[in-house]
This record gives sequence, C-alpha cells and structure tokens, in this order.
Amino acid sequence: MIIRKLTILSAIISLFTVSAATAGTLDTVKGQGFFNCGVSQGVPGFSNPDSDGNWSGIDVDVCRAVSAAIFGTPDNVKYVPLTAKERFTALQSGEIDVLSRNTTWTLSRDAQIGLEFAGVNFYDGQGFMVRSDSGITSAMELDGASVCTNLGTTTELNMADFFRANGMSYEPVVFEKADEVVNAYDEGRCDTYTTDKSGLAAQRTKLADPDAHVVLPETISKEPLGPVVREGDGDWADIVRWSLNAMIEAEEFGLDKGSASSTCATTGNPVVARLCGKEGGNGAALNLGDSWSYDIISQVGNYGDIYEANVGANTPVGLARAGSPNASYKNGGVLYAPPAR
Amino acid sequence: MQDRNLSLSNILFNRSIQGIFYQIVTLGLVILAIIYIVDNTARNMVARGLASGFHFLGVEAQFDIQMTLIEYSPTSTYFDSFIVGLLNTLLVAGLGIFVATIVGFAVGIARLSSNWLIAKLAEAYIEILRNIPLLLQIFFWYFAVLRALPKPKQSLEFADSFFLNNRGLFIPDPVFGEGGTLILYSFIAAILISIGIAVWSKQRQNTTGQTFPVFYSSIGLLISFVFLSMLATGFPVTFDYPELKGFNFKGGIKLIPELVALTFALSMYTASFIAEVVRAGIQAVSLGQTEAARSLGLNPNQILRLVIIPQALRVIVPPLTNQYLNLTKNSSLAAAIAYPDLVLVFAGTALMQTGQAIEIIGMVMGVYLFLSLMTSIIMNLFNRFMRVAER
Repeated sequence: MIIRKLTILSAIISLFTVSAATAGTLDTVKGQGFFNCGVSQGVPGFSNPDSDGNWSGIDVDVCRAVSAAIFGTPDNVKYVPLTAKERFTALQSGEIDVLSRNTTWTLSRDAQIGLEFAGVNFYDGQGFMVRSDSGITSAMELDGASVCTNLGTTTELNMADFFRANGMSYEPVVFEKADEVVNAYDEGRCDTYTTDKSGLAAQRTKLADPDAHVVLPETISKEPLGPVVREGDGDWADIVRWSLNAMIEAEEFGLDKGSASSTCATTGNPVVARLCGKEGGNGAALNLGDSWSYDIISQVGNYGDIYEANVGANTPVGLARAGSPNASYKNGGVLYAPPAR
Repeated sequence: MQDRNLSLSNILFNRSIQGIFYQIVTLGLVILAIIYIVDNTARNMVARGLASGFHFLGVEAQFDIQMTLIEYSPTSTYFDSFIVGLLNTLLVAGLGIFVATIVGFAVGIARLSSNWLIAKLAEAYIEILRNIPLLLQIFFWYFAVLRALPKPKQSLEFADSFFLNNRGLFIPDPVFGEGGTLILYSFIAAILISIGIAVWSKQRQNTTGQTFPVFYSSIGLLISFVFLSMLATGFPVTFDYPELKGFNFKGGIKLIPELVALTFALSMYTASFIAEVVRAGIQAVSLGQTEAARSLGLNPNQILRLVIIPQALRVIVPPLTNQYLNLTKNSSLAAAIAYPDLVLVFAGTALMQTGQAIEIIGMVMGVYLFLSLMTSIIMNLFNRFMRVAER
C-alpha cells in the first residue's frame, strides 16, 4: 500500500527534477541494453507471471516483440507490474518506456494526458458476469444491482453511462486492485462483476467455482486495447507501432513462427521478402537493423501465434478468435495492418 | 585608517550580523529551489503534453460514487466528487475518533484494574491489536464480515424494520412532518437549560459546597422535553422503512459494509494506542493524590472523575492528538476495501480520468495537512483549557 503510494509520489517528484529532454528513448534503451515495460499485476492470458516470475501473455508478447526488434532477442525487457491507477503516471514520469497493459484507447487519454497509442492488439468490449443461480440472463435486468469493478478504468465511466442511458439504478463498489474485486464478488458483496469481456474470461479462472458464473451476452462499450508510449518521442512510438504491425502483416502473408526461417529462405514474394529483412531498407527507417521484423516473427511469432498461445480457444482463458473482431480482415474481423514498406 | 579597519572587522565578526547574513542566504536558496522546481515542472509538463491547471474541476465527472453525503450524479463536476470524497473521509475519521476515544479510555482504565482478569484481558487486547498491521486488520474485518453475513434475500431482520445483510445495515429513516421543528427547538432548549444548570451548580458548589446531580437532571430534561413536544404536536414523525426490491433494499438509511468495517478496524486499532496513552497519563498522577482524595472521603468513582482524570488529561492530551492525526491519515487505506474516501474517489478515479496528477495529489495533500492542523489546533486549545491553574 505504502509502496504504491510512493510510486505515484516518486513519479511526480521525477517530474520536478528530471530534465526536460524526453526525446531519444531508443538511444537510452540501446545504451542500457533493456527497456521497461509496464504490465498488469496478473491478468491470465494478457500479462501474468508464473511461479518463477516469468511473464507471459498477449500484452507481454508486444513487449517481447519490441525487444526482438531492437536487440534481436525477446528477453531484454524488464517488466514493471502496475495497478490501473498507477499506469499512466508511471509512463509519463519515465519509469516505464512502453505500457502494454490492456489499456483502452480513448480520445481523452490520447489528447489530454500526454500519451500516444501505438495501435490495437486486442479488440474488446465491456460485459457483465453474474452467478448462474441468480437467474439473470440480460444486463437489462440489473436494475438496483451492486456492481463490483476496478478503480481507474474506462469501465467506471461505461457503467455509469450504461445505467444512466437505461434509466436503471445501481451501487458501484470500486476497488483499487483487481484481486480484491474478484474476491469481493466471490464473497457475494456484489450481484455482478463488470470489466472488459476478455478480463472477465481471465479473472473467472481465479474464482472459487468458475462454472457457477456466466458472462451476460450484452457488450456495452468498445474497448480497443493496445500498447502506449509517451507523447513527444515519435521515433520510439514508430518502433512500437511497427513491431505490432509486423506481427499482424506477417499473419496476413502466412509467415509464422514455425516456418519463418524456411519460408524466408525460399520466398519470391516481395512483401514477404521485406518482412524477412531481405529487401526494402525498413530497418534503417526505424533506426534498427534490417532483420528487425524477421527477429520478431521467428522469435515471438505472428499475431495468430501469440493470440492462440495466450488467449485462444485452447487456453484456460478460452476466447475463440473466429467471428470476433480480433480475426484478420480476411476472415471477417477488423485486424488490418498498414503495409510495412 | 585604523579606525575604519576596526569598524569593518567589527561588522564582519559581529555575531548577530553574521546570523542575519546566514538567514538571508538560506532563505534565498530555499526560494531559488522552489522557483527551480516550479519552473522545471511546468517545462516538463509542457514537453510531455500534459494538461495543467484547475479547469478540470468544473468539468462533468461522468462516474458514480457508491456513498454520497451530498447530492451527486455522473453529471456533477469533479469539484463535487472532491467534496463527496472529503465528506466521506471526514465521516469515517469522525466516527473512528469518537469510537476509538471511548474504547481506548475504557481499555486504558481496565488495564489498571485491580481485577486480575480484567487487567489481563485489556493487556491482551492492546498487545494483539497494536502489533498487527492496520491494512491486514481492515481486510480481516471486511472479508470476515462479508463472509459471515447472509445475502439480501436471507437478511437478518429485527422488527421488520432493521435489516442486516452483506450489502449493509438498513435502518428506518425518520421523516419529520408538520410540527417537527418544534421537537428540534425543544431539544435545543433542553440542552441550553442543562448548560445553565451546570454553570449554576458549579457556582453554588464554589460558594456553599453543596452539589447538585447535573448529569441525571440533564438526561431527564432532554427526555421529558422531547417527549412532551412530541405529545403536543401529535407525533409528527413517520419512518421510511427499507424494503426489499429486486436485488437490494431501497428506502431507509443504509450503512455500507465498507464504512462499518473501516470504522471498526480504524477505531479498534487506534484504541489500543489510546489505551496505553491513558494508562501512562493515569500512572503519571502520583499515588499521594489518590490517598489524599480518599482521606477526604471521596468514593473511588469520584476519585477517578474529580481528582485523577483531570490531572491525567494534561499528560494524555498531546499524545492523544497524535493518535487522532494518525487515525485521520490512516483512513486513506479505505481505497483497499472500496470505501469511497478522498483518496479512492479523487486521487483515484478523478486522477485517472483527468491525468492531472500534480494538481490532484497537491489538493489531497493540502486537505490532509489542513485536517491535521485543525485537529492539532482544537486539541491544543482543549489542552490549554484543561491545564491546571497555577496558584
């Protein structure tokens, strides 16, 4: 508790003292040999530490991709777990260089608080979870409910909008840490737990009896989640943005983790050749080596690889990709990368 | 020539002039440091594209708050959310100080009891509660209470009007109809008359030595005045009873479990420190005072009330003030269990939505500083009032 208070305070103090020059994140990162990546305190499938302290998840893989692009290895990342409340202050103050923590891209965050969003790695929407035995089948039946949720998220604003728009009353019960929300909901403090649907699927695995709960069908908001960097360093933002785009484009052109080396050796397709770093000079434009995108694909994977490994239908989180917005545009989703050329 | 040298060295080595010189230099350095910090912060904020200023206070907040003592909705402003958080902090701090003082005095006196069991129980209470971290105690009371309480549909009820479940305690809300103000006036009148009696009895005791039962007569006055005024106006008080509607109870007054758990944890924890302060204060009064009072024929209750406690308070009040300040500041742990205090609402949600960390943290720090200074001032005045008159 006190430690966390200190994080915010020290972040503010660093605003007093650190010199105004913020450009040159890439040079600093190359100099120190690693960069700091802000992640959650544990959301299975997105960013979650195992018992040995190794982080995994689709958000973590964005950090690993950036590391692979810069250093040629995905492991030169220091992960900094943050609460929702701390994350932006940590980024603004320079404590972290990339924030990859299921963070929703909104106008006010982009324009008002000194952040720059570098893309979307998961399209999500807010939903509600209730106990199966409550007999509730629709979010429209939630009039008068106690609603547990997390502090410092778009969730708080969306639920206020939702209940106001539908003329329903509710009691918001807002906790600082996600684990306490889950615990209080599990203890029966609330009738429903609301957050992004991916978050519901992930947190559900932590409940005492996951099968006794259902997620209601309504999606009450748009939640495009993606990596964020500080405003004012366009070169650094470009590296993060194109690391993500490279993973998406690699999937569009059938270049995946397992076959990257063999495909790259034989390819005659100029787009694939550029992704393999054999043509085009994309690396120089980003101040990186020419193999940057090949390093990402061969060591971290393309978007389909990281999706299926972390949150796909065969994982405990179990979010089927087909039919969701996270499918490639070729399969009816909205995932579409600008060309890497 | 020699004279001028002499006067110059006089100035250089003059102690008081040296003192003034160093003070001016120090003051100058402090001012320069402040200017540097403010300037550099402003530059950094501009360089990082951070919004600054207090315009955000007039913007619609767009979020809900669980418990509000004033009218508040998502269309209210951030400044309203600040006031809501501030009042909630004041409420829990006020309740906590009230309960902690009573429990602390009781346990402190019990600790000195000649009854072995009572003294040991009080000692056990103190040693257990003050040696467990407060945050753990808050979690314990919150989740222990939640787990023990039933769901709304299986509420524990009393007389069909009091309900207790894991959503809180629901009690009837008195609604004053016509003539309700008369009851209020008679209540105030009873208090004023009681104060008059207290002053009169003090004067009479000073001149004649005769005592008067001020306490019991005041209680009697209060009850009879309120009852008679109710009788005169035909009981204009109705109650708004809580009713189970859908998920939760509606109507009546609702005490949320977060408030109950936090007040309980804060006051029980602080009471263990206050008990030790009280014990120290009482033991600081020399035994001769008790013996002298006993030889005057005072009974043990009178000895405690008239001789020991007034003298002990001189020792008790300054450390007691510290405990009150601690309790107020500790109330910021509320964020851990979803009690919507200033830190959760304003330094939490409002900070996240606006991103204006410097302004908001500055305001919150200012509030806690102000509350602490006000508590200090009040307790210092009380201490001056309690001081034994030097004769």
